[in-house]
Amino acid sequence: MIGIIACGAYIPLWRLPRDAIAAAWGRQSLGGERSVANNDEDTVTMAVEAVFDCLAGVSRDTVDGLYFASTTSPFREKQCAALAAAAADLKTEIITADYSNSLRSSTNALRAALDAVSSGSARSMLVVASDCRLAYPRSDYEQGFGDAAAAFLIGNTSTPIATFEAHYSISNEMYDVWRLDKDTYVQSWEDRFVVEKGYIENMQKAVSSLLKKEKLSPGSINKAIFYAPNPRVQHQLARALGFDVQKQIQDLLFDRMGVCGCAHAMLMLAVALEEAKADDILLLASYGDGSDAFLLKVTGAAKSKGNKHGVMGYLSSKKLLPSYEKYLSYRGLLEPQPGEPFRLFPSASASWRERNSSIRLHGSKCKNCGLVTFPIQRVCYGCQSKDNYSEVRLSDRRGAIFTFSLDNLAGRSDDPVIPQIVIESEMDNTRIYCMMTDCAPNEIKIGMPVEMTFRRIYEGASMYNYFWKCRPPR
Amino acid sequence: MEGIKDRVAIVGMGCTKFGERWDVGLDDLAIEAAYEAYEDAGIDPKDVQACWFGTVTAPAIGIGGTHAANPLKLDRVPVTRVENWCATGHEALRNACFAVASGMYNVVLALGMEKLKDTGFPGLGTGRGMGPVLEARRTSPGSFALIATRYFHTYGLSPEEGKAVIGKIAVKNHYNGSLSPKAHFHNKITLEQVLKAPIIAWPLGLFDCCGNSDGAAAAILVPAKQAKKFRHDPVYIKGIGMSFDSLLPHTRPKFDWLTWNSLVDSSQQAYEQACIRKPREDIDIAVVHDCFTITELIIYENFGFSARGRAKEDIEAGFFELGGGLPVNTDGGLKCFGHPIGASGLRMTYEVYKQIQGKAQSPERQLKDVKLGLSHTFGGPPQVSAVAILGRETG
Repeated sequence: MIGIIACGAYIPLWRLPRDAIAAAWGRQSLGGERSVANNDEDTVTMAVEAVFDCLAGVSRDTVDGLYFASTTSPFREKQCAALAAAAADLKTEIITADYSNSLRSSTNALRAALDAVSSGSARSMLVVASDCRLAYPRSDYEQGFGDAAAAFLIGNTSTPIATFEAHYSISNEMYDVWRLDKDTYVQSWEDRFVVEKGYIENMQKAVSSLLKKEKLSPGSINKAIFYAPNPRVQHQLARALGFDVQKQIQDLLFDRMGVCGCAHAMLMLAVALEEAKADDILLLASYGDGSDAFLLKVTGAAKSKGNKHGVMGYLSSKKLLPSYEKYLSYRGLLEPQPGEPFRLFPSASASWRERNSSIRLHGSKCKNCGLVTFPIQRVCYGCQSKDNYSEVRLSDRRGAIFTFSLDNLAGRSDDPVIPQIVIESEMDNTRIYCMMTDCAPNEIKIGMPVEMTFRRIYEGASMYNYFWKCRPPR
Repeated sequence: MEGIKDRVAIVGMGCTKFGERWDVGLDDLAIEAAYEAYEDAGIDPKDVQACWFGTVTAPAIGIGGTHAANPLKLDRVPVTRVENWCATGHEALRNACFAVASGMYNVVLALGMEKLKDTGFPGLGTGRGMGPVLEARRTSPGSFALIATRYFHTYGLSPEEGKAVIGKIAVKNHYNGSLSPKAHFHNKITLEQVLKAPIIAWPLGLFDCCGNSDGAAAAILVPAKQAKKFRHDPVYIKGIGMSFDSLLPHTRPKFDWLTWNSLVDSSQQAYEQACIRKPREDIDIAVVHDCFTITELIIYENFGFSARGRAKEDIEAGFFELGGGLPVNTDGGLKCFGHPIGASGLRMTYEVYKQIQGKAQSPERQLKDVKLGLSHTFGGPPQVSAVAILGRETG
């Protein structure tokens, strides 16, 4: 059966109360809060988190590809899927591709993954959607947008969480919501045009066509998962299609995280799967330059494997950003005073040579004495064996803080304290030296448990440089 | 293996004023230190047969021997630049010493210098030699503070108790620095000031961290047998130890952050060469690498000055103060004298040399009857340690 083998999500720790945005501009607050990626996060790092959440307890052996979907890739030219696949420690003999430029890119990738699995060209495919869209300061979108990622493992399996029963797609050309190649912020036409001729008309067409094709009525759907820019418009669509807004519509989670771009439909599907019972029929519909609609049937298979957070887990793990200015700085919209300059500049060739240590977070395990060391050591620290090791993945292992310091010189001026951490990993007590993120520095203690998180370390030599940090378990 | 004891003597030394020397550059510092050493040794600059010169900061491609040869006009003299983290000054001394001991040269200049105050920022900058990605945001205080956190934890000291212990080291070194005209800082401080100072890298505050200074120091080395031809009070090299840990402390498996093999080994090598069995009793003065107050504390315990976990008692008893059993950092140390990296090993050796001769620049801190003294640097993340032991007499 072709269906969902596993799913995972990621929502950044930080939330900005909409009241703080409203107060900064003297505007009315939409209430609730939105998620905000940290200053060391981007759509690739969030995607990696979602993939780890998805793959918890799942073998990587049969994963034959990764599709990355986003409207806010950190690169104009360079594939995010290849980077995410490396950080997730997937094998290299896989197909990777980026789906971009549309809010529908996530379900475009999902369709492509289904086709790959159906055709037999892949045993299973990871589809990860991640977005971090920028809205004009003061705009409604600024309050409405959120940052998050979702990942699904699609495959041919005897025990899927849910099976894909049917799908229907339409394409639509119009300027409703867009960004030019030189734009930082999302643009849009008059709201009534965007909603009526864009969103409602296309969603209605895709959903009703799918139902008609499958000879179903709205009443036979247990949960309709409709992407929407806000709850009002979502309810407008549901009523127009004849769904019961109270009982049948998957909540947008607008109050708790905002609408997270192309990842949002996938995040809602993940929540629906967390809440569904066996034999439920789910209807998923995304929007952006047209619409993709899918019909899914939930099985009785165990939904949760391993140490999984899921959407609801990540939603309940949060910290409030102390100010609107900090949000602006985290998103690069306000440039605070720089910290101390870096003495070393990265090198593409050196980073490439060290990719297994720095991107895959591999250590070396000596085949002679068994000692595990990070980063990879060609000559063993314990027994001096040369080039006699296997690589071991440390990224999904927890650890405890062995010692630490809170460095006031190394930080950015918007995050002046850098926790320098020496971790003792649960993997053979291997020591890992890194920074800690998403934490309250004054709560750090020796012995405190930590987990690893892939982050953007800094910008230098015209490159974004990625490495792992640790954080308190979420 | 023939040891180094009593084979080489220092017959002249020089040390610049340390501090924010906006008015002078690297070449001026070299001239200031070298010419004082020439005068002290009573030699002509043309007598120098070889030079080992140490400096740490340099452009990516390197600087070679240029900044010694050019300013000093070392004509047709072999000049070698050495660099070994904060042990660079000692590395220049060590190589110059071996060159003399080999019989190759009779008059060798060891020179160490650093111009830190031309960077536009107060610290050493962020990031070191571990790779630009792995340690993009590491600083020196951030690294050494890792030692303090672990030490406090191991010996059951609360951060407040721990900071009060190491804070007393800062108070001592500032007092000593107030008596050192060439030191960067001359202000006496109280423990209360130390504890209330801004945090640089928790748990280390401002007064736990050494000064970032410009400076240079130089030594003239000759064969011990010829030393009395130069002066009546030469100072003899009794031992030189140097040791490197085989992996960065941050990633070293099972490392306890307390027992530093490089510290233990380098001091033991030097003690053995100098025939020192009880360093706590036998050594009259030690000038050690107090880049941070916690560093001086772990040096006490790794050099055998204090028992493991017991440095607190010695600090509180004033054992390392000017009037104590083993005065440490009598010139103010890195803390107060300043730390122009490549110069420091030779600056420390300068203090030991002057104390042995009874010629400390300020009489208030001149110790009585100094026969044996130790100078020491500890560098890198840290990873390398170098120790020199000097003596008043041969035998």
